[in-house]
Amino acid sequence: MKSPFVTDAMLCSSRRTFLAGAGALTAWAVMPKYAFAGQRRDPRFLTVILRGALDGLAVVPPVGDPDYPALRRDLAIGTSGFGSTLALNDFFGLNEAMPGLYGLYKKGEALVVHAAATGYRDRSHFDGQDVLETGMTGPKMSETGWMNRLASVMPRGDGVRPISGLAATPTVPLILRGDAPTLTWTPLDFKPAPSDTLDRLLDLYTHADPKMAEVLMAGVSTEMLAGGGTDPMKRAGGLAASFKQLAAGSAKLLLQEDGPRIAALSYDGWDTHTNEGAETGRLQGLLAALDGAFSALADGLQPVWKDTAIVVLTEFGRTAATNGNDGTDHGTATTAFLFGGAIKGGRVVADWPGLKPSQLYQDRDLAPTTDVRAILKGVLRDHLGVGEPTLTTKVFPDSIGVKPLDGLIA
Amino acid sequence: MVAEDGCLAFSRFGLGPRPGDLNRLGSDPASALLDEIADPTSLFIDQPDLPDSVDAYTELRRFQRARQLAKLQSTASENAAAPKPMDALLPKAVIAANGKVTVPGVPSPEDLMNAEIEARLDRVLNVPVGFGERLVAFWTNHFAVQAAANEIVRGLAGAFEREAIRPFVLGMFGDMALAVIQHPAMLTSLNNDVSVGPNSPQGRKTGKGLNENLGREFMELHTVGVDAGYTQADVTSFAKVLTGWTYGRGENEPENYGRFVFHKFAHEPGLQTVMGKLYPQPGVDQGLAVVADLVTNPATAKHLAAQFATYFVADVPPAALVTRLADVFRKTKGDLRALTTALVKSPEAWSTPASKLRTPQEFLWASARALQFRPEASFINRALGDLGEPLWNPPSPQGFKDDAATWLAPNAMTTRVDVAELVASRAKGLDDPRDLATDLFGAGLSSDTRTAIDRAESRNQAIALLLMSPEFQRR
Repeated sequence: MKSPFVTDAMLCSSRRTFLAGAGALTAWAVMPKYAFAGQRRDPRFLTVILRGALDGLAVVPPVGDPDYPALRRDLAIGTSGFGSTLALNDFFGLNEAMPGLYGLYKKGEALVVHAAATGYRDRSHFDGQDVLETGMTGPKMSETGWMNRLASVMPRGDGVRPISGLAATPTVPLILRGDAPTLTWTPLDFKPAPSDTLDRLLDLYTHADPKMAEVLMAGVSTEMLAGGGTDPMKRAGGLAASFKQLAAGSAKLLLQEDGPRIAALSYDGWDTHTNEGAETGRLQGLLAALDGAFSALADGLQPVWKDTAIVVLTEFGRTAATNGNDGTDHGTATTAFLFGGAIKGGRVVADWPGLKPSQLYQDRDLAPTTDVRAILKGVLRDHLGVGEPTLTTKVFPDSIGVKPLDGLIA
Repeated sequence: MVAEDGCLAFSRFGLGPRPGDLNRLGSDPASALLDEIADPTSLFIDQPDLPDSVDAYTELRRFQRARQLAKLQSTASENAAAPKPMDALLPKAVIAANGKVTVPGVPSPEDLMNAEIEARLDRVLNVPVGFGERLVAFWTNHFAVQAAANEIVRGLAGAFEREAIRPFVLGMFGDMALAVIQHPAMLTSLNNDVSVGPNSPQGRKTGKGLNENLGREFMELHTVGVDAGYTQADVTSFAKVLTGWTYGRGENEPENYGRFVFHKFAHEPGLQTVMGKLYPQPGVDQGLAVVADLVTNPATAKHLAAQFATYFVADVPPAALVTRLADVFRKTKGDLRALTTALVKSPEAWSTPASKLRTPQEFLWASARALQFRPEASFINRALGDLGEPLWNPPSPQGFKDDAATWLAPNAMTTRVDVAELVASRAKGLDDPRDLATDLFGAGLSSDTRTAIDRAESRNQAIALLLMSPEFQRR
């Protein structure tokens, strides 16, 4: 059977049909896949956080939406004159920088959720990431992360091993903070991913301390001349290597017999206010690096791939229209990715809200139609066997109104 | 109080605020600074796990001997050194594949230094403002020893600061200078331990001669300054005066290991004239007399007042401030508490704009305090090495520079950004960067910096921007 919110039927879908469809599916989908597993399962679950707010419309552009080209202007990839995309279906394309993810999609192991957002509706990165990581209904409501709480309520598989989390960061990120044990790991010569911090500092200094601006600019130029880390091409190469290294190392740890079973990885740099470069440029470089990291996870986790689910999330999306600097500002809904052998993929799940001015959230952002917690609750229930009451009270408190999304797990 | 005064207390005079410190400072920053240093013993570091120079030197000699024996054995050398009484008590050294030598139970020079760094970090993270530690840093750098000189300096650098600097930071300059010039770390760093009077018994016997290094630097860097009008003849005479000033290091005097000793048999006999004054004293008294005159020379007052004001206030400090400090130094014969108090009570110290840049050490300490982050010694060594200000290891006896031109340099700045990002990624804590910035700077936070932090794409980036903001960098 085909669910009405799958994009094959999406063009005629509306919020109402989505809700009706979801209700209809409940009967079979609430029974966790976990319970069906006839033999011993040892599932792996990873969350990849893209900090800075990923522009969902540039990663998975709605090339079939008639309002898309005008809204995105020079960033409207996949429309005539602005490059092509990898066709996910008649309506959505995937940014060409992500052939690896596309391959998984074609194999039915990757799924895109579009127009997704957490419950947070303001536009501060910190608060948005706080909500994404605590799983609460608003910012600063908890000092523990939902993945840590998940670790303490997860069924233990064979029942002997305490569930521990892996944070592929130098310190434990909020999403994994709490009482359950957490390992931290980063590559030996780990350097935070090159970000646009230099650009931001130059901007700050130009306003606040011109002498510092002049000196820093000279330093950046020198590094560029010397072939150092700030040359865009070399930077992209370093970025790809560092993204991949983090993913490959994490996969290794998750394969260990007594290793962690859940992990959180973070990749920074998605805050594309100026010169976004979705087709060629900064965002494209980031997406290519991310695609390499996805492939590294898929390769590294091959022995347990059929029991692996990976969710890729960001704190919020970006403005539907481009701004005056060939970039986009902080927005609301965006895309989430799910991939792994356990994912029932090859689909775009979206209750598409449309891009007409009246359909935009506050006249500017892609409107949210799927709660990120609905995605997560669906995955945690069906992949890890965590009961709905626990999900609603412990992992995502006060989320009784957010129903798990059914049918995400194969 | 002017809004910026509280911030200046921490940036210009201190080690930077920890969360809550700006609020705790009170309405009179100058008094808060003086309160912090009211008790001079609060600057001492006296911990049972940190050996004094005598013990540290003894351990260093054991380490070196155990390593020597292991290396001779590993090369199966037949001409092994003659056995020494200490050998029987020595643990066997282990030489790793990468050449690193460890001697079980005996600290290496690096072990000694890392323990000293940990003790500094305790201090850095726990002092209320850090004015006392900044004073220690100034005087330690003024009397710089170079850890790169040799293993002994590396192993004794921390003890040198604890023994020759800290006890006198709020005492008399002359006492500090004497403790310095008689300390094994300084004696070996500037080679006075091998300086021999040509006409001394040892000189006549061995043909060894003068080494002017310590004599010259003590005049040029430590006291009267290069413009004081002395000549090469004065330097040579002072070097002769200092012959025989060394520390116990010979096999024949293990009871003096790591202690200042005067070796009469290496001392150049006779009268000496230094800067127009005749010194007829015999033996060690001759040197004590020259040192006593140099430390109270009016040129020393001028030299030090300018350095002190330059370090704290501006690369070109207000002339009136320098004159005032020099007067205080001269009138009090080098009372450093009087000098320090005069600085803090000078209006220029507060009204001069913040045009200097935090040195790398100041930057790292301020970052650690702001983020309540305790880096490991290995991280400190690496970061300060990359940034160009490794602890106790300046590029010359002159010490590290503190002017903006040195540190506000292109490559130094990009490296600083790298370190800021690294620190931001390693520091734990749930503080919202926006709240932290407000807490640390109060009304001193500029709207530009606030906006940059508000717009940062992640907590880590916001922290890096905060650490690199002009408010955080300038002092």
